[in-house]
Amino acid sequence: MAVETQSAPRTTVVTQPRRWLTGKQVREIVRHLLTHAALIPAALLFLLPFLWMLSTSLKTDEQLYAYPPVWIPSPFNWANYPNAVTYITFFLYLRNTLIIALGSTIGALISCSMVAYSLARIPWGGRNWLFIATIATLMLPFQVTLIPLFLVFKNLGWVGDFRPLIIPHFFGGALYIFLLRQFFMTIPMELSEAARIDGASEFRIYRSIILPLAKPALATVAIFEFIARWRDYLGPLIYLNDQSLYTLSLGLHEYSSQYGREWGLLMAASVLITLPIILLFFFLQKTFVQGITLTGIKG
Amino acid sequence: MATLAQTVRPTRAGLKPQTRHTINGLLFAAPWLIGIALFWVYPILASAYYSFTKFNGIQTPQWIGLANYIELFTEDANFSAAVYNTLYFALVSIPLAIVVSFALAMLLNAKINGRVVYRTIYFLPTLVPEVALALVWVYLFTPGTGVINLPFDWLGLRGPCWLTCPEWSRTTIVLLALWIIGNQVILYLAGLQDVPQDLYDAANVDGANFWHKFRHVTVPLMTPVVFFHLVTSLIGALQFFTVPYIMTGGTGFPANSTLFYSIYLYKNAFHHFEMGYASAMAWLLFLVTLGITLVIFRTSRLWVFYAGGEPG
Repeated sequence: MAVETQSAPRTTVVTQPRRWLTGKQVREIVRHLLTHAALIPAALLFLLPFLWMLSTSLKTDEQLYAYPPVWIPSPFNWANYPNAVTYITFFLYLRNTLIIALGSTIGALISCSMVAYSLARIPWGGRNWLFIATIATLMLPFQVTLIPLFLVFKNLGWVGDFRPLIIPHFFGGALYIFLLRQFFMTIPMELSEAARIDGASEFRIYRSIILPLAKPALATVAIFEFIARWRDYLGPLIYLNDQSLYTLSLGLHEYSSQYGREWGLLMAASVLITLPIILLFFFLQKTFVQGITLTGIKG
Repeated sequence: MATLAQTVRPTRAGLKPQTRHTINGLLFAAPWLIGIALFWVYPILASAYYSFTKFNGIQTPQWIGLANYIELFTEDANFSAAVYNTLYFALVSIPLAIVVSFALAMLLNAKINGRVVYRTIYFLPTLVPEVALALVWVYLFTPGTGVINLPFDWLGLRGPCWLTCPEWSRTTIVLLALWIIGNQVILYLAGLQDVPQDLYDAANVDGANFWHKFRHVTVPLMTPVVFFHLVTSLIGALQFFTVPYIMTGGTGFPANSTLFYSIYLYKNAFHHFEMGYASAMAWLLFLVTLGITLVIFRTSRLWVFYAGGEPG
């Protein structure tokens, strides 16, 4: 049977008269060309701001105001980069950003994996309610919590340092709990049951069976959280007031509003704060795409 | 002695499985149970209380009843401007984003060369820190030095004034927001790839053309993705803050046309220290978000199609 059905199409191909292109192939090529004709202009529009950012970051002041604008400055004015690093105190802000981003990422990984474990792997009574509450917090606007939280942290004497930006992440977050729960549910329950019969504690199962199997999902959470904190502007804006503790985003905006529009320098700094994320993305592209689809559809 | 020790300190292994599961479940969920109480329930209740008070964040809140809400709706022109701008942004940018990202995903789903490259290019802008994003946009859209009006100059036309005049600024921000739809393109593309090929094959056998297949196979199967996109982007649009805040320094320039709801809320709370007034704004936003989400969920039965037959 299998042999017959496989050989049937082969004979039809051979007996077909040889032509350069069949009508179907021509239509196929035209369709591809039309698709590219739509996709390429769109791609250019998406790339335009990047190219403009890069081009501006290499311009001298005179080239900035040339009209019509110059796309490829000649010679490249690399000086904008060392200037941006010095004037914007790039490495200081980089250190602050990294402390906040890494601290939050560790917090999110520990807390969200534990909560997701509870929701996905332990059959207890209240877990459906907790899951509904978790989804509900995804829909609530954070603005409604902004002022009371600010006042709580102010009364604790935490406003002005990194604590309000890091410590809340040790108490879970809906999106990552949801993402990890979805992933944990795909791990066969028999693994847990067998381990329980062998007398393993719940913590042991979490630590030695589930977490090692969930590395891809944990990696997704780590990257998402790291990038979210790297890009965050509002949190640092509200809680930090000492300039030596600013993050890159806050520092860049502060500089741009104080020293006017020094576009060459500002664009060089923009390239510098964007580049690390883009590099991260290129190394971990698969993890990204998985994460987006895991949170988006598999619900 | 041994029995006494057991009754005083029962090991967890000695408990009924169900009790043990409940204890473990609560222990593992403990961070989030505390988190929900501290970072959601308490603040929501506290801001409800503040919304009925005059409160600068330092002195004791003074109860003033509905005065904040009445002022918002009857006296505050900035508030109505902020509501208008935010609704305009949500109602124009979301349908546009759905159409554009769906269309790009459809194009990418055709089995063509370089699909991964295109997908990456469309996704990249979503990674750019919003501060950098806003700065490069301001520069691009500054007539004179930015390149945006170059094509108009080539044609000998006068280009729009973009971010510098109130007639164009709202539209400009809507257009700019289309630059960051990479996430949605990936979602729609993943959704399209999940559509079973046999449905198209069956449609082909029935002699369906492209439009029939699109209308009766693709669109119904994609409604769950559209639904997800609609809910998340509505919530996001109502909270739109960083990009316009950086573009204009929160001034709402020109003529309050870029004053968005969250910006005005933030300014009331942290510039004017009207914490009670800002809390009233926050609670209104909370109620509106809740209302809109409920309406979308309720109506979803009418238009969201679940392949399994059951909402999931």
